[in-house]
Formats: sequence, C-alpha cells, structure tokens
Amino acid sequence: MKFYKQLSSIVVGISLLSAPVFAETVAEKGLAIAKERKARDLGWGDSISQAEMILRNAQGQETVRKMRLKSLEVENDGDKALTIFDQPRDVKGTAFLSFSHATTPDDQWMYLPALKRVKRIASRNKSGPFMGSEFAFEDLSSFEVEKYSYKYLRDEVVNGEDTYVIESEPVDKYSGYTKQINWIDKAHYRPLKVEFYDRKGSLLKTLTFSDYKLYLDKYWRADKMSMVNNQTGKSTDFITKELTFKTGLRDKDFNKATLKRAK
Amino acid sequence: MINQLKKLSAVTLALLPLFAAADTQITVKAALEQRSFLQDPLYSGQHNSQLSAFIEPEIYHSWNDDLDSITFKPFYRWDQRDSERSHGDIRELMWLHVGEDWELRTGIGIVYWGQAESQHLVDVINQTDLVEALDGEDKLGQPMVNLTLIRDWGNLDLFVLPGFRERTFPGTEGRFRPEFDINQDDAIYESSAEEHHIDYAVRWTHTLDAWDIGLSYFNGTARDPSFIAKTEDSGISLTPYYGQMEQVGVDLLMAVDDWLYKFEGIYRDVNQQQSYFAAVAGFEYTSVGVFETVWDLGWLLEYQYDNDHNTKPDDRNALMLGTRLALNDVNGTEVLLGYVQDLDDSSSHTGFIEASSRINDNWKWRIDAWFLASDNMLDPSYSVRQDDYIQASLEYYF
Repeated sequence: MKFYKQLSSIVVGISLLSAPVFAETVAEKGLAIAKERKARDLGWGDSISQAEMILRNAQGQETVRKMRLKSLEVENDGDKALTIFDQPRDVKGTAFLSFSHATTPDDQWMYLPALKRVKRIASRNKSGPFMGSEFAFEDLSSFEVEKYSYKYLRDEVVNGEDTYVIESEPVDKYSGYTKQINWIDKAHYRPLKVEFYDRKGSLLKTLTFSDYKLYLDKYWRADKMSMVNNQTGKSTDFITKELTFKTGLRDKDFNKATLKRAK
Repeated sequence: MINQLKKLSAVTLALLPLFAAADTQITVKAALEQRSFLQDPLYSGQHNSQLSAFIEPEIYHSWNDDLDSITFKPFYRWDQRDSERSHGDIRELMWLHVGEDWELRTGIGIVYWGQAESQHLVDVINQTDLVEALDGEDKLGQPMVNLTLIRDWGNLDLFVLPGFRERTFPGTEGRFRPEFDINQDDAIYESSAEEHHIDYAVRWTHTLDAWDIGLSYFNGTARDPSFIAKTEDSGISLTPYYGQMEQVGVDLLMAVDDWLYKFEGIYRDVNQQQSYFAAVAGFEYTSVGVFETVWDLGWLLEYQYDNDHNTKPDDRNALMLGTRLALNDVNGTEVLLGYVQDLDDSSSHTGFIEASSRINDNWKWRIDAWFLASDNMLDPSYSVRQDDYIQASLEYYF
C-alpha cells in the first residue's frame, strides 16, 4: 500500500516533469479530484452551528436529537470540533471534543455533566454510531485527502449535475468501511452522494447531500445530509441550522477546560 | 415547580437585553426509586424495602458573551424509611469567569479528578454523599475558589477550599450502616478551626498525544473520617473524626487502538495515623460492532492495592472485572456488570449491575443491583453483607 503510494507519487513527479506525455491514471485522477475538493474548502477558519438529527426506524417512527457544534480548521491536519448535546434531555450538557487527524487516530473526549467527568474515548470508536443515529463518528469528521486512497471511476449525471464518480478506500484499518463511492459535482467539487460499503464489501449506507448554500462567497455547505441504511431500512437526516463562519474561535476554545464548561 | 421555573426564566429572559449575548438554560432531573432488599436486615429498625424520590433542577445563566455565568443546582431527596437519607444539598452555586487564558470559579461546586473506574483514589475535593448510593460517586457541593490557568504546558488548577462538608451516613432505619449508631452531628476535628479549616489543592493536567496525565496535591481536612467508639448508657456509638492530611496523587490514561490503559496512585499522610500508598491500575478494551450489530462490548479489568493498615492489619489486593454493553440504539440502552474480588479473602466479594434505557425524550428507566458478601469482621463490607438489593428507577428529565 505504502509502496503503491510512493510509486504513484513518483509517477506524479515524472508526469509533472515531462508534461502531458503520460496519460493520467485513474488513481492520479481520483487523487487530483480529492485535492481540488479540499483546496476549494480551505480557509473557512471556524464555524458555529446548530443541528438536528431526525432518526427514523424502518417503520418510519421519528426521534429528534438536537446539538450545537463549534469547529476549527487546523492547517495540515484534521479539524477540531466541540459538540454540545441538547436533546434528548438526559444527555443535555454532555459534550464531545474531537481532534481529528489526517493520518493518525483521532483524539476524542466526552464530558459527562452528572459526574463532572471528562472521559477519553478509545480511538477505534470512530466506526461506532453517533448518538444512536445512522451516522458513524467517522462520517462526521473532517475530509482530509490523506485519509483515503482514490480511484476515478467514471463521469455521471446526478439530478442534472455533472459529477465525477470516485472510489475512495480508507487508509485507517479501524474504519468501518472497505470503500466509499463518491459523486463529486464538477462545477464546485461538492459531494452530492456517497455510498458506504461494509467490511464484507456489501452496500451498507447511502448518504445524499441537499440544500447546499454558499457561505463567504466560497464555501458550500449542505443544510441537509440524509443517511439511509440500505441493510436495515433505518435513516437519519442531519439538518444544519444557523451556520456562521469566522466567529473568532481559536485553538484555546478547544481543550479539556472548555469541554468542562461547555453549556 | 416547573411552571414557577418557567415563569422565573421568563422574567430572567425579559431582563436579558441588558446584557450582550446572554443565555439562560433550565434543566430538571428527578426520579422515583424503589429498592427491594433480598435478605433480612442484620440490625433492628431496618426495613426490607425503601421508596425514595429526588429532584435536582439546574438554572444556568450566562452573560458577557458567555464569559460570565452562574449555575445554581439545588438537590433534595425524600426517603420513605431513613430520615438521614431525606436531605438536601446545594450541589452547585457557581460564578464562572473566563479570561484570556484562565478561568475563575467562585462558589460551591463539584470537581472530579481521575481516570479509573472501580476506585476513585485521587478524587479528593468533594465529600461523598454516602446516603445517596453505595458506590460513593455522589458528592456534596464544596465551597471553593478555583483558578484554572490554561497554558501550552497544560492546565493548572489552584484551589482554596474554605469550609468542610461532613460525610452523610444512613440513619437507624437505613440499610448500609454499621451495627452502632453514628453521631453524625457531633463530628470531632483535629483542627481547632474544625469545619472552618481552609484547605488547599493544586492539580496539573496535560494531554500528550495518546496520554492524559494528572498530578495533584491536597492539604487539608481528610474527607474520609475515622471513628471513635463511645460507650454510653444507650450503648456504643461511633463519632466521626476528621484529621488533617496531605495527599499526592498521579493519574494516567493512555489510549491505544481499542484499549484504554488507566492508572491512579496516591500517597496519603493523615496526622496521627500511618501514612499509606494506594493504587488502581487496569484497562478497558472495547470491541465496536460485535455480533454483526452496532453494539459496543467493553471489558474492564482493574487491580486495586493499598497498604493502609489504619483500618485493617494487612495490605489489600483486589481485582475488579467488568463488562459494559452499549446497544447504540435510539434509546441509548446500556448495561454494566461488575465484580470485585478480594484476592486475600475469598469470602469477600461484591457484584453490581447497572442498566438503563430511554423511554422517550423525557423519561428513562434504570435498574441497579448490588450483591455483597463478606465473612471477615475486619472487612468494611462485613456490616452490610445482608444488604443485597435491586433498585428500579423511573427518571424524568426536562
């Protein structure tokens, strides 16, 4: 795997030196699209948002989760995030701090207000469900190019939009997935749809992004992310409300002391 | 009550335009609990069942862009049998001010230190509200001034603790008590300042990659009392004695893949007693997505040691085994089983079960059970060996 990566970077090097003599491989094209996707999303700084998750079981019964999120962009690494839960009421005040990393396991802590206790969470926990929803922790962590290896598959039109279809394979052995298929729109390099394949290689979940909005004239965010579990029929809508960028959050707002006073 | 709180919050909200970015949050936790004891009581006056209820509202108000806040969290429990267990407390009444790289807490509050699950050795700021539960995890609010410095080299907490809280003990009609009455209102102190002695504490915590590190020092009134037996006409009674002590503590956690390795160690020196060392070390291993489900299955193993010879002649060696099952379902269903075995006394062991799940957004059920065994009169759990119980709770959250 590592060898392959080195090889592909050598190939990229050669192709840069000798201009467009070699045709781009599917791995190079996939990586280039992933890099462009990341490049277009750099510089957003920090954000504060409110979110609701609507959990539906196979019979269509709904349960609502409410939370507030604070995020900080970290250069050359994964983002920092602080999530404060408001509903259900028994977990109100519970807060979750995560430092996601591009190539090493994420650091995660949970604050339990009833005990006033900060608990570290084992780094493998990323594949587990987030708040009983169809989203895993890893589905909600920041997109970093280094987290996957890529393969460009084809072009396709989704809901009238031209997209690149890319297969991405998680580098981390603790990911709950063997691969993801991403539909990235050509106009803005935004994900429109993702299919997640489980450890047995079967289609597990399908995520669709909708209600994209443009912030600071540059950053696209989907107000609605719908995750459907193809195996159980359960689904979760993750709905973002009141998203604000450049609020002045800094590194010091994301540590165990701020986790303890998160309200 | 809730309506009154709503009115109060409406009044508070009306005043809000005075402040920039102010916020008020009100939460309420309440529960009805039924305990059933599985064996006949050891001592006269004790009962076979116990109905109890508590309420714990919390009012939080922040202003000055959340840089200032006040949290008020009173607590009251009513108990059908035990008048000592019917009690109230101010768990929290705290003004928090957040500075550039520091935080100042002034008031009454609860502070938790440590990493281990089966014993909380380094956690020394708050007194245990022992009538609440046998595990000693419920704490009484402690008056304090707490300055936190947030620096690149870690967080440094400085505490000044004016005023001492005496441990709560079950009354004559309660279970989990020794044979003899405890003179709860006549505690004796080593310090002439008695419960007004001012205690100090310092704690440094830092995260270095996979490690969470804590070092702590405490100087003041011991939270754990010893007892002085008195013989009176009415019989023998026990008077709590609170000495002065110093304690140094270390707590460590390392997260590697599916593993959390945990350690807590203390060196405690109580005046007029033998100083001692105690440690708890172990791990928690979690398998995510077991049995082709979304369940998490965790295994806990912790070894406990101390050479405290003030209450017993020998060192103590014990092992805790536990398993935690989280269904990761919509209701957040969880089950924890634990078993503690004294390695030097096969007759002394303790088992417990905790299970809980949501019914809906506001209601939750919980089952707790404890199983206690001891044949050794010197074992602290000897006097509660008949007090196995199962407790069913219905909890309300608003």
